[in-house]
Amino acid sequence: MTAVSHAPSLAETVTRSFDRRRRLALAVPALILAYLLYAAVSFDLAGLAARARMDNAAILLADFWSHKTHVTRDNRSGALTVAIEGEAKGTYAPDHFPDWVSVADGITTIDLGQGHVVTYDATGARYDIPGYGVVDVHPVGGKPVVTLPPGPVPDWISVAENKVSVTTDAGRFSYSRSKVETFRYEPGWEQFFFTLDSPFYGRGPLELARLALVGDRVDPARSNIAGMVSDFWHNKMWHHGDVVWALFETVLMAFLGTMGAALIALPLGFLAASNMMPVRLVRFAFRRVFDFIRGVDGLIWTIVLSRAFGPGPMTGALAILITDTGSFGKLFSEALENIDEKQVEGIRSTGAGRLQRARFGVIPQVTPVLLSQVLYYLESNTRSATVIGAIVGGGIGLLLTQAIITQKDWEEVAYYMVLIVLMVMAMDSLSGWLRRRLIKGDAGGKS
Amino acid sequence: MVDIAFGPEPGRRPDLSDPRAAYLDLLRRKRMYGGVLLVLFVGLMASGWILANDRNAGGFWNGLPMLGAFPSEVLSEAWANRANLPGRLVEFFPSLIETINIAAVSTLLGALGAVMLSLLATRGLARWPRAIPLFRRLMDTFRAVPEIVIALVLIFILGGGPVPAVIAIAVHTTGALGKLFSEVAENADLKPVEGLTSVGASWGQRMLLGVIPQVAPNWISYALLRFEINVRASAILGFVGSGGIGHDLKLAMQWGQGRYDQVVAIFLLLFVTIVLIDRLSDRARARLVKGA
Repeated sequence: MTAVSHAPSLAETVTRSFDRRRRLALAVPALILAYLLYAAVSFDLAGLAARARMDNAAILLADFWSHKTHVTRDNRSGALTVAIEGEAKGTYAPDHFPDWVSVADGITTIDLGQGHVVTYDATGARYDIPGYGVVDVHPVGGKPVVTLPPGPVPDWISVAENKVSVTTDAGRFSYSRSKVETFRYEPGWEQFFFTLDSPFYGRGPLELARLALVGDRVDPARSNIAGMVSDFWHNKMWHHGDVVWALFETVLMAFLGTMGAALIALPLGFLAASNMMPVRLVRFAFRRVFDFIRGVDGLIWTIVLSRAFGPGPMTGALAILITDTGSFGKLFSEALENIDEKQVEGIRSTGAGRLQRARFGVIPQVTPVLLSQVLYYLESNTRSATVIGAIVGGGIGLLLTQAIITQKDWEEVAYYMVLIVLMVMAMDSLSGWLRRRLIKGDAGGKS
Repeated sequence: MVDIAFGPEPGRRPDLSDPRAAYLDLLRRKRMYGGVLLVLFVGLMASGWILANDRNAGGFWNGLPMLGAFPSEVLSEAWANRANLPGRLVEFFPSLIETINIAAVSTLLGALGAVMLSLLATRGLARWPRAIPLFRRLMDTFRAVPEIVIALVLIFILGGGPVPAVIAIAVHTTGALGKLFSEVAENADLKPVEGLTSVGASWGQRMLLGVIPQVAPNWISYALLRFEINVRASAILGFVGSGGIGHDLKLAMQWGQGRYDQVVAIFLLLFVTIVLIDRLSDRARARLVKGA
């Protein structure tokens, strides 16, 4: 303490400032932590664990990369169907079952792999599980009665009054009053290229290449290449043609909206810039209009527009256009206020009028800034167009929400997710490339 | 070189002995390129709008007169029930707070993630220089995933509520801020880092004491800008998915007539909040960047 009294006041200020900094350095993280704790309580994070459906997560993850084939026998009529994902579109023709399903003398044998074999016959159904034994189910008075190997019932077998189900690594088996069903899981997106009704289904890439180049016509009415393209494009499970259209629509919405907004906002920006518009009232009015448009927010504009124009890409494009007119108006007028007046002065000295000064003195200066902002928004709007598409009903956003709402076509959701990410990345690199080409010396994206 | 030796060929290359002609030639060519680009652009825009109009459920000219119909319907009903309005404002205020909380928490989490990723992806600062491309691609991917994709998938797993929205926005924020943070950090002065290295500071200490104090004002300014964007995003996500004031808006809209006073109340809350946050963050950012 004595040292402090002798020391100059500088040391004291430094120490005090250090103390303050130290306290601040502790206080900021403590505040953030306190806020996050409050948020965790208000978001009911503790209750989340109870609400979370991990079984849904398992379904979703499995569906992302694999598919299942249902082998179903109607217990009343005895009819057997083999269908991918149980969908009518993926049903195998009765004489063309996959090779792991065989039917002989009314006995159906399903080979699930790894030694798991399921057999349906007239008396009921059996599931032979290696290392455990045979689960035998036969109906007594309509109700399924199960015979298990001796020992306690494992938890992957559930026996209820009207339904018996077995879940193993190889597949799923269930027997109820009305039907007996077996699911076989296989990796990959089934029928991604060709559906079952296409003559090209189930052929390897080499064979397809051979057919396309030198092979005989599979279908005499059309060449093999045309057939492949058409069967792929009109694939009934994956709808590749529609998906490509939807992606195009999304990009179209972003392009039309961004460029339209830029075209509208450019003259308005002049009217709102203090060095271009001498009348204060006009300037003030335009600024408030920009503020209003930005404040109302894209969500509200989208809702209002979709009421008037109905669902579709134009509604989405108009929504982006209106929202971004506000943002561009503000950005453009700020850019115009920051120009170098000397060039305008030079043009003025040659006797140029107001329009000529704007054209030759102002526009060349602001073009790089404006272009860079427009291109940045184009990229960001591709992403927004996905969300707006989900609200107005157009583009890939609509397909995505529809696929998610059905809660079973998760492989399609995964497909759309991949496509959306690729689309946004492509637009990102396109806008970056254009920025570098059009604006020399631009360091990269802004804000 | 040949030109100089054998003289200019008139008409094919600019005649350098006649600068006026050369200049006019250059100008003509520039104008031609500009004209071609303009025609191309106008053609693209026109055909694009026509195509979009054709694929829309309702046409532009049919819809235009109806543009005012919905807002005026909403406003007139809300005006008739204007006595309810203060009560409605109070009713939806908690949802508004939830929307702002979603935006704030996701911005905070996203910014923390972005700090880590950007430092790992910046040349000269990275902990593992060989892994820089990996972290960059990671940020690109995070940035490219639209919030709605993650939010809708997470709603299936986690159920409704604000948490899916928080995670979705935070992931996108991490990518978007990470890129900007890394650009700022690239320009940071490396001398403090070298000084800290010389006294044996670990990587974490070098970043915390050498880099972050330099870049903090710019980083905070970007994070504030992102917060503005995220408030809007969380309102939209509420509308599409669940949680916050966007969800209330969707419910009120689905009900249709009879609840338009709620729609107006939600709209007013959203509008005032967005304008207020824009203003505050504008001012704060101006101070931060000027002070830096």
